[in-house]
Amino acid sequence: MIPVIQFSNVSKTFGGVRALINIDFEVMPGEVHCLAGENGCGKSTLIKIISGVYDPDPGATLTLMGQEYETLSPAQARRVGVGVIWQDHALFPEMSVAENIAIEGFVSSKSKLVRHKKIKDVAQKVCERLGVSFELDALVKTLPIAQRQLIAICRALVSDVRIVFMDEPTASLTQSETKHLLDVVRTLTAENVAVVFVSHRLTEVLEIANRVTVLRDGQKVGVYDASEMTLAKLTEKMTGLTINPAVVDQDLSKNETVLEVKQISRAGEYEDISFSIAQGEVVGITGLLGAGRTELALSLFGMTRPEQGQIYLHGKEVEFKSNLDAISSGVAYVSEDRLSLGLIQDQSIENNLALTVLDKALAFGSLLSFKKKRTIVDHWIEELGVKSGNTSDAISTLSGGNQQKVAIAKWLATNPKLLILDAPTVGVDVGAREGIFEIVRDLAGKGLSILLISDEVSEVYFNSNRVLHMSSGCIQKEYVPARCDISELEDAIYGKAI
Amino acid sequence: MTTTNRNKIKRYMESEVAGLSIFLIAVVIAFSLASPNFLTATNLSSMAIQLPELGLLTLAMLIPILSGGLNLSITYTANMSGLALAWTLQAFGGPEAGVEAFILGCALALSVGALSGFVIGVVVAYSKAHPILVSLAMMIFMRGIGEFLSRGKDITGFPQFVQNIGQGDIWGVPIPLLVFIACAVVWHIILSRTRQGFGTYMLGSNIMATAYSGISTKRNLIVLYTLSGLMCAVAGIIMLSRFNSVRVGHGESFLLITVLACFLGAVNPFGGFGRVVPVVLALMILQVLTSGLNILGANQHLSTALWGFFLIAVMVLRWAWWQYSIKRK
Repeated sequence: MIPVIQFSNVSKTFGGVRALINIDFEVMPGEVHCLAGENGCGKSTLIKIISGVYDPDPGATLTLMGQEYETLSPAQARRVGVGVIWQDHALFPEMSVAENIAIEGFVSSKSKLVRHKKIKDVAQKVCERLGVSFELDALVKTLPIAQRQLIAICRALVSDVRIVFMDEPTASLTQSETKHLLDVVRTLTAENVAVVFVSHRLTEVLEIANRVTVLRDGQKVGVYDASEMTLAKLTEKMTGLTINPAVVDQDLSKNETVLEVKQISRAGEYEDISFSIAQGEVVGITGLLGAGRTELALSLFGMTRPEQGQIYLHGKEVEFKSNLDAISSGVAYVSEDRLSLGLIQDQSIENNLALTVLDKALAFGSLLSFKKKRTIVDHWIEELGVKSGNTSDAISTLSGGNQQKVAIAKWLATNPKLLILDAPTVGVDVGAREGIFEIVRDLAGKGLSILLISDEVSEVYFNSNRVLHMSSGCIQKEYVPARCDISELEDAIYGKAI
Repeated sequence: MTTTNRNKIKRYMESEVAGLSIFLIAVVIAFSLASPNFLTATNLSSMAIQLPELGLLTLAMLIPILSGGLNLSITYTANMSGLALAWTLQAFGGPEAGVEAFILGCALALSVGALSGFVIGVVVAYSKAHPILVSLAMMIFMRGIGEFLSRGKDITGFPQFVQNIGQGDIWGVPIPLLVFIACAVVWHIILSRTRQGFGTYMLGSNIMATAYSGISTKRNLIVLYTLSGLMCAVAGIIMLSRFNSVRVGHGESFLLITVLACFLGAVNPFGGFGRVVPVVLALMILQVLTSGLNILGANQHLSTALWGFFLIAVMVLRWAWWQYSIKRK
């Protein structure tokens, strides 16, 4: 059997930085191959070389389906059968599902006319092949991220592909959605299509992959059979560190109550929610996507108003007219959507950080002082250990983990009493995730109350004093990690023995 | 747009001041060599008198563009503000009107400008309609009202001192130019040193993320369009005093040129980035081109065409430079 892809000696240098150093990479037909490594290890660069976006440094041999190339153009790569599903999906939000799926076919077809019937047929066929179903006429912008993910996959499969790259395909999916995606991957491999997974989520990597190629700092650490790998081993290979999780075993219910929520409801979002958070306590909320977690957080942050019930902060009832009120009462919200709500990607690190605390950077009446702004920015960059070259660089130049630190820092700068972290590790590396949770524990230790929302059960389990399971807009049950097993929580969320 | 590209945009903006300055000097040298009449006191002062009108209107356009919007009503708002001043002066005796009447008239003109901007701001902020549509509607409203009230005629007959403001100078510097410099400085301070300005840049890049960060984006939009309207009023007052008359439709051709002056001054057409200094440099380049071509005896319409050609050339050159700098990496 000839390998679909066989690369040898691939290097790539940007400016003076060596992003890839003498990489050998091989994928066999019908194989599920995982490309693992932390952000900045060179995974994306490698995919971009394979898909023809970047040219490798001279000296590389690129063999695709037995044919050698020195460089590849994107069109060549596509002809050979390389399909890539990028992390941001690159869908057209204003177009229908069918149009998004079939776009490549009708853009490249000779006919100048668009045939809607045909578009739907093409889309329908791909969906059937993958065993997924969509309302084909719905606009993509109305669909949740999980479905967009599947649409992006369908689109890549419309043309005849031999190898599909999936860049972080599960970053925004819940576990049940991930399971569905993995089924789709199995369907593909049954048709002898090779699938290359680029992922941070190691459990799923081990569950589905045949082999794993691990990259670290632009170098190949090795290729391993997935069956020989354990979670701990793989993490170690990727980060060079060993991580031992332990639950938080501390009862803080005697501390002063910071937030108390009494029977709040909002139609279609959440219902009859009551809970409280004590000072220095981390309360986790987990549950499937669409359980109403983010909606609840947005009400606590003043973006929406509960239709019934009361919210108390330090024993005083509050009614937020907007998030401005919430912020001035000491509530901070780190959004799940870092790319479009949490940070302003085009703007600089310092501007993003200073945005919430402009009034602390004033001098001469109400003029901004660059010096004070600088001091605030430098303080927080150091405090949270944000690794950045220059704080005047755009936020988008930072890795996911460092971006998330800035997103947290900009709220810590407001000196909040309650910090709401919504999916704080989406698109963040394994090593960097631990860094985020170190910050969480440190903040809680200093007396900050934290509401930790995540669909990664292990995250909330290992980092919260108490965990609330939410589904269909209601809180189902409270769990204390120190007194229950993680499987108990997982079974409650996903149902037993799938 | 990839990460590295975004960073390049930033460096590119910083290099823009240097690039524009070099270009300005080059154009000045070229015209000085081409004609002995270019670098003369007469020509310099005529340029200094002409620049402020376009300049003030460009400042009025700048802030909405930074917020990711546009204000198409600037010229007619300026005209309406001018009309407000003209009526006040006439109500107080036309040529015999006193300084008090002028001050009152200016206050009224500024109110008209501010009101126009305020209305645009409120509608944009609350209805979330696109600023192009809202300001276009305001432009048509202003033009209609202005032509109706002025019967489409020139309004003249102001006291001599008003004309002195428009055509006089202080130590050789024309008063309109001083007004423009003062306004540019105020604009620079607002944009770089106030929470309002900071918020405008941020919402220009991503209005939702800015709102989530606790900035009142509605308030910011209302204030920024009001500022734009105020600047229109200043332009209207200067236009009245320079021509000693007001006519609705005056300066109409400036509208799109203000947009182009902003882009020439490296303002990001999608909002979020851009500064006053490069825009002022861009205005100076446009003014030098006009005056230089005029001195060389080029037809006035031809020189308008050359402006257009020049701006297209700038876009192409920028693009070429951009491609080059990406390739070089």
